[in-house]
Amino acid sequence: MFETDFTFNDLLFMLQGAGVTLAITFFAVTGGTLMGLAFGVLRASVRPWMTLPLVFVLDVFRSVPLLIQLILANAFQAIAGFGMSPFVTSCIVLALYTSAYCTEIVRGAIDAVPTVTRRAARSLGLTWGQDMTQIVFPMALRVALPSWIGLTLGVMKDSALVLWLGIFELLKSSQVLITRLQEPMFILLIAGGIYFMLSFPIARLGGHLERGWKEND
Amino acid sequence: MIEIENVHKSFGALKVLKGIDLTVDKGEVVSVIGGSGSGKSTLLTCINGLEPIDEGRILVDGTEVHARSTDLNKLRRKIGIVFQQFNAFPHLTVLENVTLAPRKVKGMGRKEAEEIAVRQLEHVGLGDKIKVYPSRLSGGQQQRMAIARALAMSPDYMLFDEVTSALDPQLVGEVLDTLKLLADGGMTMICVTHEMRFAREVSDRVAFFDQGVMAEIGPPEQIFGEAKNEATRKFLSSVR
Amino acid sequence: MFNYTFQWRQAFRALPEMLEGALYTMQIAVLSMIIGIAIAVILAVGRNSSSRWLRAPATAWVEVARNTPALFQIYMAHFGLGSFGIYLSPYVALLAGITFNNAGYLCETFRGALRAIPDTQMRAGRSLGMGPAKAFRLIVMPQMFRIAFLPTMNQMVWAILMTSLGVTVGMAIDLTGVTQALNARTFRTFEFFAMAAIIYYLITKAVMLASRLVAWRLFRY
Repeated sequence: MFETDFTFNDLLFMLQGAGVTLAITFFAVTGGTLMGLAFGVLRASVRPWMTLPLVFVLDVFRSVPLLIQLILANAFQAIAGFGMSPFVTSCIVLALYTSAYCTEIVRGAIDAVPTVTRRAARSLGLTWGQDMTQIVFPMALRVALPSWIGLTLGVMKDSALVLWLGIFELLKSSQVLITRLQEPMFILLIAGGIYFMLSFPIARLGGHLERGWKEND
Repeated sequence: MIEIENVHKSFGALKVLKGIDLTVDKGEVVSVIGGSGSGKSTLLTCINGLEPIDEGRILVDGTEVHARSTDLNKLRRKIGIVFQQFNAFPHLTVLENVTLAPRKVKGMGRKEAEEIAVRQLEHVGLGDKIKVYPSRLSGGQQQRMAIARALAMSPDYMLFDEVTSALDPQLVGEVLDTLKLLADGGMTMICVTHEMRFAREVSDRVAFFDQGVMAEIGPPEQIFGEAKNEATRKFLSSVR
Repeated sequence: MFNYTFQWRQAFRALPEMLEGALYTMQIAVLSMIIGIAIAVILAVGRNSSSRWLRAPATAWVEVARNTPALFQIYMAHFGLGSFGIYLSPYVALLAGITFNNAGYLCETFRGALRAIPDTQMRAGRSLGMGPAKAFRLIVMPQMFRIAFLPTMNQMVWAILMTSLGVTVGMAIDLTGVTQALNARTFRTFEFFAMAAIIYYLITKAVMLASRLVAWRLFRY
């Protein structure tokens, strides 16, 4: 028979790690989405060359490994004497990382709203702000939501990297248990199962939304 | 000669062909008319073996199309088909579209294949477009290219499946002119079409399909002048 | 606040060592892509097959690859297989993990590309007398290749970024591994990792630029 030293307390320990994973994901996605919205609207509203510096900076976040970004940010805050905890540093880095992708999603979705529709709205006397909130956002949301869900899931998976800064998220908790119990496959399968349970339902929801909307079009 | 004998065909529960008999002689042009869903297009894809049939048989020059022993790839070399959707190969130039099958199916050399292709393309009025990609062509030009592509295999028979239905009205004429040219040249043709004037002017015989049955067949003067069948008369008055 | 002196000279002196690491980074990324593409094709065939026994494992592979962190997949290769007495070196474990991930994502890329090509293309080929294999090779495949090309190159960029995860399982010869070793010797974390970041940036930009150029040369239609 299969025997294990894995106890209920160990499972709780891992779930605690999963909680940290979720918390970091929540802060990163919330912050990243707010920034992404602002940057995306800006990019879709002004001439392309005006946002060139922004585009360059955001592109760096997508072209340098996240692990390197985390290490650099942590080193920098230590040098600058900010005294930030690894948790805060991680949330900030991941939020910026998220915003880089979110900006493109938002801009793409806004660009997908036909110009004639916006002209029609403006010609009815709607202001820029009304056009944005009443016409553009509702239409763009349909385009953006599936990608945004994909991004959220991506960030949750990528948040595993914060273990390098010594944060006990899900994968780090698993690693600790592996070292203690020497049952790597069993523990990793549980970790994988938890990751799967966190992400699979949301992924299915995203696919479902996309299909449902296509049928309505 | 194409001999169609008692052909039945269904898609699931839907019976599309319910016992079709039709013989097309060498050099003959037969137009097939009828409402949508009458099974006329399905018949064409059965003739070159793209669709299996449930009952009956189809003989092309004495070879049974759906017999197990028949090499369909070989048989299809002498049956050209052009579809409603032009089906241009977007990744190949016009010339490459036309030379692909002669080279890769018949094993013809590049030079010989290109000579034939250029001749066929000039024939359909695309002699100046051989180097461009299909995306640069209009619908009518793409359809004429598809005709040249089928002709480059020097087929004995040509099947046309509503080749003008997906075209803008002003482009229909150029494609029909190409078909007329082909008919005048003595090609054996079966044309499924919605163009009644074309059917009347070019065909030797016109067949009217109604709900999977060939309701009536005869020379154009008869079908368009004094159709015997009630359904035929009704259909013709609705399209005029 | 900044009572810290940046020492860039030291980092510059280590540049040759780091560039050598970058070569290993590229080596792993390229290998993981080549093997990943081969597996992805098999997975795509499996997922489109009518047999449940082929479909289920292929689907499982794709879902696990896409729904768990890449780092988890590398851990599986490095720590997990230890349960079966299989101990992979950091290099092999990293390569295996990234390959597993690539194959899962590329499988879906290829399937999407296949779906994007209308059935009528195959039909048109068959009606010209081509057998199914010939029609697929001459007509469907070249079009699939074009649709899948840029997404595949994007995956290549991901593969490059993922190689940095090797350091967590003790990989010491790739760019991140070398940088970490230098860092451990000198504690000049910021300088060394900033250099590494610039090198990664230039590599990914070069790959993207090259793939755009190739696409532009290759796909004229």
